Amino acid sequence: MEWNWDHAFAVLPQLADGLVVTIQATIVASLLAYVLGLGIAILKMSKSKFTRISLYWVTEFVRRTPILVQLYVVFYVLPDFGIFLEAFTCGVIVLGIHFSTYTSEVFRAGIDNVPKGQWEAAKSLNYSPVQTWKNVILPQAIPPMIPPLANYLITMFKETPLLAAITVVELFRAADQYSNSHYTYLEPMTLVGIFFLIVSIPSAMLAMKLEKKFKQAKTA
Amino acid sequence: MNEVLNFYPILIEGTITTIQLTVLGAILALVISFIVGLARISKFKSVRVIAIIYLEFFRGSSALVQMFFIYFVLPMWGIYFDALTAGVVACGLNVGAYGSEVVRGAILAVGKEQHEASQALNYSVFKKYRYVIIPQAIPIMIPTFGNLLIELLKLTAVASLITISDLTFMAQIIRVQTALTLEPFLLILVIYFVIASILVKMVDLIAKKFSKGRNIMTAGDK
Repeated sequence: MEWNWDHAFAVLPQLADGLVVTIQATIVASLLAYVLGLGIAILKMSKSKFTRISLYWVTEFVRRTPILVQLYVVFYVLPDFGIFLEAFTCGVIVLGIHFSTYTSEVFRAGIDNVPKGQWEAAKSLNYSPVQTWKNVILPQAIPPMIPPLANYLITMFKETPLLAAITVVELFRAADQYSNSHYTYLEPMTLVGIFFLIVSIPSAMLAMKLEKKFKQAKTA
Repeated sequence: MNEVLNFYPILIEGTITTIQLTVLGAILALVISFIVGLARISKFKSVRVIAIIYLEFFRGSSALVQMFFIYFVLPMWGIYFDALTAGVVACGLNVGAYGSEVVRGAILAVGKEQHEASQALNYSVFKKYRYVIIPQAIPIMIPTFGNLLIELLKLTAVASLITISDLTFMAQIIRVQTALTLEPFLLILVIYFVIASILVKMVDLIAKKFSKGRNIMTAGDK
């Protein structure tokens, strides 16, 4: 099988459109994962044992089951209950929820790393819980969390091809459609692979740089 | 639900396929983890570069794309795999890339004095790693390998997209045949959760066994 440049050039515009969808999905899903993850992390520190334990099992259930199946559940089951969502929305929600269980661990670790004295100081200043979180804990907890959160962003980017299984035309499905209609897998699939590498390797390097920067800031 | 349970033979078959994929994929991933992880700390630059290219390639692109590449593109160059082998190879190569970082990290975490001690005993490089460094690195690796094992199990669901009849594939069949949606998917979610929970427990037991009488465990435990 020879590499055919005609196919390569013909598929490129569709791949570019797909890449846009992929990046949109990644950004929306990651925002959802961050917000939900923070919520889960805070709730997991709740005083109620029931909340903590039920939340633990819910997040473990989400973490221990495949995203693909979760996508199918939301995509096929919700319409039965009269909830009709676009495939893209479904995909983003599932990705966001799935990875919120991972980001919540990052948030929890970050919050745990804030020294106990800071909590006591906030208390002695008579801060309300909202003030404590907003003015004391989160500003100190968030910077060290940024590198691992960036890594999850890259992971989510690489999981977006799964959205193809629920008919979202992102980068991978765009290539697959071309492959199926022209019966050539070599060029589209290779190009998709290259597209992923082009985005994810520089991002991974950037994440590593961030990690180094924050480590230095801590020791300095 | 009863309608779904009537399909129990294919559900059992799917579960077995999923477990097969997981176990075979895990073995391949483990072998690759050690080869690539050790190659990363090799004296020879060319070996290190090849290992890094492998790592970045498999970590940098999507597992689904890798799977399609192995199943649909490689045959065009005369490299044929049946679907199951393609799934195992793709899962193993992908998770192996992540695993190699675990191996490398654990080996680097073993103290410098251990290297000096081996040198003092006049151990060859092979003997040093075989009897001194790696045995101490293994307990550090186990918890992270446990996480990767769960990721691998979840990855096998993706293999249903290259026509492997695993659990997810079977659930799709049931959905098409019965027009039920909630039940088949909910059922396989529970099956996946049970398999994953058993794996978590097993890894916990192995970790406990390996950490017995060693204090190095604290280095790798969260």
